Amino acid sequence: MSGASLARIGALLLALAALQWLAPLALNPYYVTILARIGIAITAAVSLQLVNGFTGQFSIGHAGFMALGAYSSAAFSVYLGAAVLDSLGGGGLVRLVYFPFPLICGGLVAALAGLVVAVPALRLRGDYLAIATLGAGEIIRIAILNIDAVGGARGFSLASSAYPSVDLRFDSLAGVYGVAVLTIAAIARLVYSGGGLAFRAVREDEIAAESLGVPTTRVKVEAFLVSSFFAGVAGALFAHTEGYIHTNSFSFVRSFELVAFVVLGGLGSLSGAVLAATVLTALPEVLRGLGEWRMILYSLLLITTMIVRPQGLLGQRELLPLPWSAHRGARRAGRGAA
Amino acid sequence: MENLLQQLLNGVTWGSIYALIALGYTMVYGVLRLINFAHGEVYMMGAMSGFYTAHWLGFARAPSVTGLVVVLVASMLVCGLLGAAIERIAYRPLRGAGRLAPLITAIGVSLLLQNAGQLVFGADPKFFPPLLQSHEVFRAGEVAVSNIQLTVLVTALLLMGALEYIVQRTRFGRAMRAVSYDAPAAALMGVPVDRVISGTFVLGSMLAAAAGILVGLSNPKIDPLMGLMPGLKAFVAAVLGGIGSVPGAMVGGLLLGVIETLVTGYLSSTYRDAIAFVILVVILLFRPTGLFGAPTTEKV
Repeated sequence: MSGASLARIGALLLALAALQWLAPLALNPYYVTILARIGIAITAAVSLQLVNGFTGQFSIGHAGFMALGAYSSAAFSVYLGAAVLDSLGGGGLVRLVYFPFPLICGGLVAALAGLVVAVPALRLRGDYLAIATLGAGEIIRIAILNIDAVGGARGFSLASSAYPSVDLRFDSLAGVYGVAVLTIAAIARLVYSGGGLAFRAVREDEIAAESLGVPTTRVKVEAFLVSSFFAGVAGALFAHTEGYIHTNSFSFVRSFELVAFVVLGGLGSLSGAVLAATVLTALPEVLRGLGEWRMILYSLLLITTMIVRPQGLLGQRELLPLPWSAHRGARRAGRGAA
Repeated sequence: MENLLQQLLNGVTWGSIYALIALGYTMVYGVLRLINFAHGEVYMMGAMSGFYTAHWLGFARAPSVTGLVVVLVASMLVCGLLGAAIERIAYRPLRGAGRLAPLITAIGVSLLLQNAGQLVFGADPKFFPPLLQSHEVFRAGEVAVSNIQLTVLVTALLLMGALEYIVQRTRFGRAMRAVSYDAPAAALMGVPVDRVISGTFVLGSMLAAAAGILVGLSNPKIDPLMGLMPGLKAFVAAVLGGIGSVPGAMVGGLLLGVIETLVTGYLSSTYRDAIAFVILVVILLFRPTGLFGAPTTEKV
C-alpha cells in the first residue's frame, strides 16, 4: 500500500472520528439524526446506482431489500445479539465488535432475496423488469407485515424482552458514514475496474455485449446481488439507528425516493447519487420552517430540476476523481462507447 | 354458492373501478411509453372535485340522479383539464430526453398532488355525500344487488363503450392508434402527435375522475392519499391485461377486482394487497406482455 493511500485512509478515519465526537457537541440530537439518515440514504442510493445507473437495469423495488436487511438484522439483534451482549457485558469495545454482525446478516439475507428475485426477473427487459421489481418489493413488505415474530403491523422495536437492559441501538455517526464510505469504495472499485466494463457494456447495448462474449445474465445477476447486499446493509443501519422499524418505511414510496436519488443525481454517477441522496434527504428538513408547504416545494423542486437537467445533476460524471478508481482509462473508454 | 355469487358481484363492481383507472395507464403507456405514476392522484382529484361540486351545487343535501350526472360530468371536466396540464407542464418539456426523466417528474407530480391535496383539502378523511339513496333493487336468494352497485357497473360500462367507440371509430381514435403504433411515422403522415398525446391524457384523466366518483358512491371515505394503492393496483391490472391494450385494461381490471374480493372473502384480508403483486409477478414471468399484449421482437 502506497504512502498516499495510507494518508488518505488516515484522513478518512480522522474525519469519521471528528464526525463522531464533534457533531453531537456542535449540533442538537435532531440534526445528528438527520445526518445519520443522510448517511443511510447515501448507502442505499449508491447500491441502487449499481443496478440502475451502471448496469442499465431498472429496479424500482429496492425498498423491499432494505426492509429485509432491516428486519433480519433487527431479529438477529433481538433474538441473538441481546443474549450475547448481555453475557459479554456490553462494553464499548464489545459493541464495536458486535455491530458489524447484524449489518452483515441483514446484507446477506437481502442478497439472497436479490438472487431469488433476479434470476427469474432478469429474463424481463426494460419496463417489465421495473414492474416485476416493484411487485417483488411490495410482496416482501406485505409478507413481513404478516410475520408476528417481527411485530407484524405493530412494527418492530429493537428491545429484547429477555434482556431489557441491553441497548441494541447503534447511533454512531462514524459507524453510519464508515459503512457509507465502504459501500461507495466497494461499488466504485467494482464498476471502475476493467471487469466493471461489463456492467456498462450491458447498459449500453445488451445484444452487442452478448455478442462480444460478455456473460450478460451473469453480469446482471451479479449487479443485483451486490446491490441488494448493500441495500440490506443500509436497511440494517436504519433499523439500528432508529431503534424501531415499521413496514410503512419500506413501501414503494421509499423505492421511488431511491429511484429519484439515482436519476436526479445522474444515472451512472456515484457522486451524483451521493449528492442527490444528501440534498433530497436534507431538503425536507431544511424546508421544515415552511410547515405544510415544504413537501410542495420539495416536489416542485424535484420536477423543475428534472426538466432543467433531464440527464441528472451530474450526468455520468464523477465530481471527484475517485482515488480508489485507478482505472481512469477504462472509464473514458466506457463513456466513449455511449 | 350464493355467497360466491355475491362475492363475484362485489368483485366485478370493484374491478370495474380498477378498469377505469387502468385504462388511463394503458393509453398513456400506449402513446408515450411512460408509466404515469401521477395517475392515481388524478383519480383522487376526481373524488375530491366531486365532493366539492356536490356541496357547492347543493346536491349533497338533496340526492338525485341529475345531481350524480352533473357531479360526474363536472369532475370529469376538471380532471380532464388537470391531466392536460400535467402533461403540458411535467412531461412535454422532457419529450425526447430519455424515458427515465419523465418517470421522475411523474413521481414529483404525484407527490405534489398528494401534498397540495393535504394542504388544500385537509389531511383527514372526508365523507363523500350520498348522491344516491342506497337501496336494494334486485334480490335472488341471498344475492342482493344494490342500486349503487348497479350504477357503478352501468356507468363504467357506458364509459368503456364510449372509449371503445372513440378509439376505434373516430379520427382522433385513429390518430391515437397511429401514434401508439409508431409515433415518428404518424408525425410524418401529418398526425399532430403532441395534440394526440394531450387528448390521450384528457381521456384517461376523465375516466380516472369517473372512477373517483364511483368509489365515492360505494365507499364514501375519501382522503388526499387515497390514490396511492388503487393507482398502483390499477397499474397492475393494466399490466395483467397487457399494457398498451385497451380491452386488456378492461379485462385486467375486472379480473383483479374479482380475484381480490375472492381472496378477501375466502382466504385472508391481510393478504389482499399482496395478491395483486403476486399475480403481477406470475403474469410477468409466464406471459410478460399480459393477456392481450402482442409479443415484441427485438431487431438487431
